[in-house]
Amino acid sequence: MSHAISDALVITKRQWLQLIRVPEVLIFSTIQPVMFVLLFRYVFGGSISTGIPGVDYVQLLMPGIFVQTVAFTLAGTAVGLAEDMQKGLIDRFRSLPISRGAVVFGRALGDGLLNIVVLFVMGLAGFLVGWRPDSGLFKVMLGFIFLLFFGFAMAWIGILIGLSVRSARVANAAVFIAVFPLTFLSNAFAPTTGMPKALQYFAEWNPVSTMVAACRELFGLQNIFGVTANSWPSQNPLEMSLIYMVLLMAIFVPLSIRKYVNVASK
Amino acid sequence: MSSKATTLYSVKSVIAEDLVKTYDGGKVRALDGLTLDVSEGTVLGVLGPNGAGKTTTVRVLTTLLIPDSGRATVAGIDVIKEPEKVREVIGLSGQYAAVDETLTGWDNLIMFGRLYHLSPKAAKQRATELLEQFSLTDAAKRPIRTYSGGMRRRLDLSASLIVKPKILFLDEPTTGLDPRGRQEMWGVIKSLVRGGTTLLLTTQYLEEADHLADDIVVVDHGKVIARGTSDQLKRQVGGERLEIVAAANDLAQVKEIVAKVAGGNVSVDEGIRQVSAPVTTGSKALIEAARQLDDLGIHPLDIGLKRPSLDDVFISLTGHVAEEQKPEEGGEIKARGRRRKK
Repeated sequence: MSHAISDALVITKRQWLQLIRVPEVLIFSTIQPVMFVLLFRYVFGGSISTGIPGVDYVQLLMPGIFVQTVAFTLAGTAVGLAEDMQKGLIDRFRSLPISRGAVVFGRALGDGLLNIVVLFVMGLAGFLVGWRPDSGLFKVMLGFIFLLFFGFAMAWIGILIGLSVRSARVANAAVFIAVFPLTFLSNAFAPTTGMPKALQYFAEWNPVSTMVAACRELFGLQNIFGVTANSWPSQNPLEMSLIYMVLLMAIFVPLSIRKYVNVASK
Repeated sequence: MSSKATTLYSVKSVIAEDLVKTYDGGKVRALDGLTLDVSEGTVLGVLGPNGAGKTTTVRVLTTLLIPDSGRATVAGIDVIKEPEKVREVIGLSGQYAAVDETLTGWDNLIMFGRLYHLSPKAAKQRATELLEQFSLTDAAKRPIRTYSGGMRRRLDLSASLIVKPKILFLDEPTTGLDPRGRQEMWGVIKSLVRGGTTLLLTTQYLEEADHLADDIVVVDHGKVIARGTSDQLKRQVGGERLEIVAAANDLAQVKEIVAKVAGGNVSVDEGIRQVSAPVTTGSKALIEAARQLDDLGIHPLDIGLKRPSLDDVFISLTGHVAEEQKPEEGGEIKARGRRRKK
């Protein structure tokens, strides 16, 4: 068991070494969310009404962008694993006397930790364009820790996708199709109250939305919900998000490990 | 070389019995009752064209793939029942370099050393030794993607030797390498074998099996169709032939002499101006033919005894040539595509 943990950490360390050897990956993966911050802040932001007097759009936007970015890191997870499969690295790992979950766990952890850097840069960018959370340092930090856990939980979806597709290119496309609707059919960028009623149910109970709502709460903002305003998930977004994370992992961790063990052993 | 392989009471390091693996609901039979064994301290060459089932065999024996039926043991351990124990005694180096290309050679060896549960200090020491042994010390701190094909393979091989495995599996170790890279790889493999490593090696190059293996199994359509030392296999096809290439207007006389020396059964290929015939007396026939030619004042362009090549063996066994795919740039990509299908 102690080997299981140290094996996983070796894999995590491998990812950090990769970032050091090819720093462009990290640079570009932080530039993209920063571009999103600028785009929504200055291009769309002026036309989106927050519905809350005295609150700028940027205050609502930043939690949304944080969650979106963290959710999308599973793309890197999926693509990275698909590449490892293609190159035969997964075969080599599987021929080693290491524990069954070590490679996938190490990968999820590595990608989860990568979000520390990404969130830090984004937080800085947000601050520069006027983001000012006013709930106090403790709650803001709690919000970021919450985001890191969400990224770790989401990474497991990426692991299953990465081990299931035939190539890295397919992995990228598959992730986009899975994550894009989740992040845009949500309250991340615009209030859900403007959406058709049927869509509001999906958009407001979507895990991305409860995460965004939870972060807004932790950053000292008020949430506005449409049709689901009186429901438990909308009133307790923090708890609901935690449930979602546990559910995600309860489903995807065993599936991912099983996939890893049986991969190509069909 | 051959004596080791044919010893009756040798200990079997690898045994595969009646392995069957099918795909697409039984339509594709990747392994179709494959049986082989490797004696301790010897090299078994598994020879066959693309798609014959070589890689599938290696994947079963290295615990990466579970067969539909059949039995296999490695170092006496059942690969299906106790795969984790098998993984402790084997080394595997694949068809293409299964190392992390963004990392340096050093990073890779440390990573794999740690995954074999060496202490950080032991991992460093072993990495240093291996880089030295495989002449990669100068390239140690460079990312693998800057390595030549041959260097990559050597690093890949060294990663599979970190804990000195009892049994080493090399799946097409030289496919896609240029001639120089291949020579280097052969040298490395030979020195390992001298050190007593038990080795199962797959190859689609007849020359390679001839060069490296004590014992050869020829695989086609998921089955072993012949087994023996390279000499035994060649003998199966037939003995030596006397071959003489001469000027066109000498061919008739040459044919007469060869017929006399060999005792009939002469064939003449006018196109390449070659006269040949099977002989049983070896060099004696050669000398006799040369003397008679000299007496007549005929000087052939080429004269010699030819033993059948493994190519001939393969053609006579399977009815087709072994190499369906020429080694070339991008050979690795093709190999990859093929593997996906399996």
